[in-house]
Amino acid sequence: MTHSQAPSQKGQSAPLLGAESAASERRGLRPLAEWLARRAEPLAITLLAILIGLGLFSLFILAIGKSPLQLFQLMYAGGFGSWFSLQNALSRAAPLLLTALCVALPARLGLTIIGAEGALVLGGLAAAALAVPLAPGLSPPVLWLVMGLISMLAGGIWIGFAGALKHYRGVNETISSLLLAYIAIALMNHLIEGPLRDPASLNKPSTMLLPAIDMIGKIPGMDVHWGLAVGVIACIISYIVIEWTSIGFAARIAGGNMRAAQIQGLPVGRLIVGFTVLAGGFAGLAGMIEVAAVQGSANGALVAGYGYTGILVAFLARQNPLAIIPVAIFLGGITASGGLIQRRMGLPDATVLVLQGTLFVVILFCETLYGRFRVFNPELWKQPDLSKGDR
Amino acid sequence: MDDSALGLWGVPLAILAGAIRVSTPFIFVSLGETLTERSGRINLGLEGTLVFGAMAAYAVAVMTGSPWAGVGAAMVAGSLFGFVHGFICKFPKVNDIAIGIAMMQFGLGLAFFFGKPFIQPVAPKLPVIPLGFWSHIAQVQAALTINILFVIGLALAVVLWWGLKNTRIGLILRVVGDSSDAARAMGISPDRVRLIATMAGGALAAVGGAYLSLFYPGAWNERISSGQGLMAVALVIFARWNPLGCVAASLLFGGAGALGPALQSVGVSEGYYLFYAAPYVLTLIILIITSSPTRALSGAPAALSLTK
Repeated sequence: MTHSQAPSQKGQSAPLLGAESAASERRGLRPLAEWLARRAEPLAITLLAILIGLGLFSLFILAIGKSPLQLFQLMYAGGFGSWFSLQNALSRAAPLLLTALCVALPARLGLTIIGAEGALVLGGLAAAALAVPLAPGLSPPVLWLVMGLISMLAGGIWIGFAGALKHYRGVNETISSLLLAYIAIALMNHLIEGPLRDPASLNKPSTMLLPAIDMIGKIPGMDVHWGLAVGVIACIISYIVIEWTSIGFAARIAGGNMRAAQIQGLPVGRLIVGFTVLAGGFAGLAGMIEVAAVQGSANGALVAGYGYTGILVAFLARQNPLAIIPVAIFLGGITASGGLIQRRMGLPDATVLVLQGTLFVVILFCETLYGRFRVFNPELWKQPDLSKGDR
Repeated sequence: MDDSALGLWGVPLAILAGAIRVSTPFIFVSLGETLTERSGRINLGLEGTLVFGAMAAYAVAVMTGSPWAGVGAAMVAGSLFGFVHGFICKFPKVNDIAIGIAMMQFGLGLAFFFGKPFIQPVAPKLPVIPLGFWSHIAQVQAALTINILFVIGLALAVVLWWGLKNTRIGLILRVVGDSSDAARAMGISPDRVRLIATMAGGALAAVGGAYLSLFYPGAWNERISSGQGLMAVALVIFARWNPLGCVAASLLFGGAGALGPALQSVGVSEGYYLFYAAPYVLTLIILIITSSPTRALSGAPAALSLTK
């Protein structure tokens, strides 16, 4: 990959002159500066994209005759401003951490999986269905372990199927995973309306309720359930697997160039299936946590869009599992503030969806900025050195 | 002769009627996506365009009293969505599939945002052609009551099929879809052609949405689409990027979608939600059958990232 584009606008290159001369004068600092520059590029461009997205969204809010300032104040108050709202944001971030991993892990292999919603629903359904007969005989921690494993299995099979279809049949994984999500939701509706239905759930078809004692509790000192901790741990594990293990290394190679990886003798098929199974497993686990910590049963409330917001989280985090943590909290806060915005400003609840969509489009648009800012590209730093005589 | 005289014959009749009714949005979305993909780009965002089109058509029809004004508004909105997609995709390093996913969420968000006040009012419906006038059986009459958009869709498919092969515009589209370099050598700007093709695709997808809200099911709500916009993308692969194939595949999908309600109408209500999943399962099976891990799909535009 060569950086043949013309150097960027004057505005961006102004602060970099200092960095260049400093780096060239003190050779010892140069590697550090290069490392920092490379690391800073995604962060800077992502923040820029979020700013542009918020700016466009402000124009939209202005255009419909409301105050963007008031909206952002409410968004801050409702999502981050107080301990209460921050806990609300964290609770909503919990499933997002896991559904974002369902997108980010396959993305390392170059796959675009968008069916986390289906894996979440099936994971929740499998966990709830299994919990009903098992709950009386098992202590809560064992029950949670069993529910967690079955939910990961269900979600893993679902997304792993999309991965296997991609590798062995060449089926486009984006389309197949979304189709599988629709099928999963239909399957859940069928089962909670029929065989698995709790006769007591009249208006809202559900599976049998978990006994109160078997519900996953809150993290001590917080009004946030343990799902948040599970999500954070899953992100850290995923980061370690991708960055520090040979499997992760092989996956990154395969993601860079699938054919080259195959020629190198890497087990591409097993990598794809393994990563998609793990990805789906995480989304399934999110469903189990929604059932065991929030809903108490599997019902239509599982289809809450966590899978779709997770896609945005993963793209904003640039498919980096550690970056998913702050981004999920950010988007959790935005979703949490939806109700407040609706009540105070009389805006529809879809306002948050519009903001998410805007951010999503802008963040992808900003992909085109990579490599255009000289300050982030150490290879381009040398050029001014050569032309120093001219200046 | 009363309704029950048809007995079980009502099932295939209901499936036929359903196929015609349900297939129309598929026809428009898949024809639109065919145009876009023939230019070498994939727009996965048509689901969002379809839902926004449904909302825009309904809202304008409520406000003006004219369903055709609604269809027109949907086309304008759809081409705007196509414009955004096509414009963004021309920049380097931008992934058209990912942009499609983003546009899907953006379109759905905007549609729900603006559509809230229009869930209650009733819009005028699109006119129909009663082809079943010769029969005195109510079910037959109902089955052969065909919407004008279905007829327009059929005509459009024939025009596109002919036009892609025999016109200069068709040739330009195919060249761009097969090789950007060849197009540039001919003095054609691939980005501009793709932008126009994506806009046309968006406009057609929005007409599919207008059909949903203005004819069948004929109301606007947030669950109006059941993934037609996405399934149509899969259907284009099955149809091998051939407009006539799109019509055949759409009818097949329409039939699958009508299976559940048809069985329910004769008293089979077991597993209603499973029949509801039939179109998705069928789409998936078709994708599995028609895809191949080793060879490029026959008839696929060479510049298409979907099949790489």
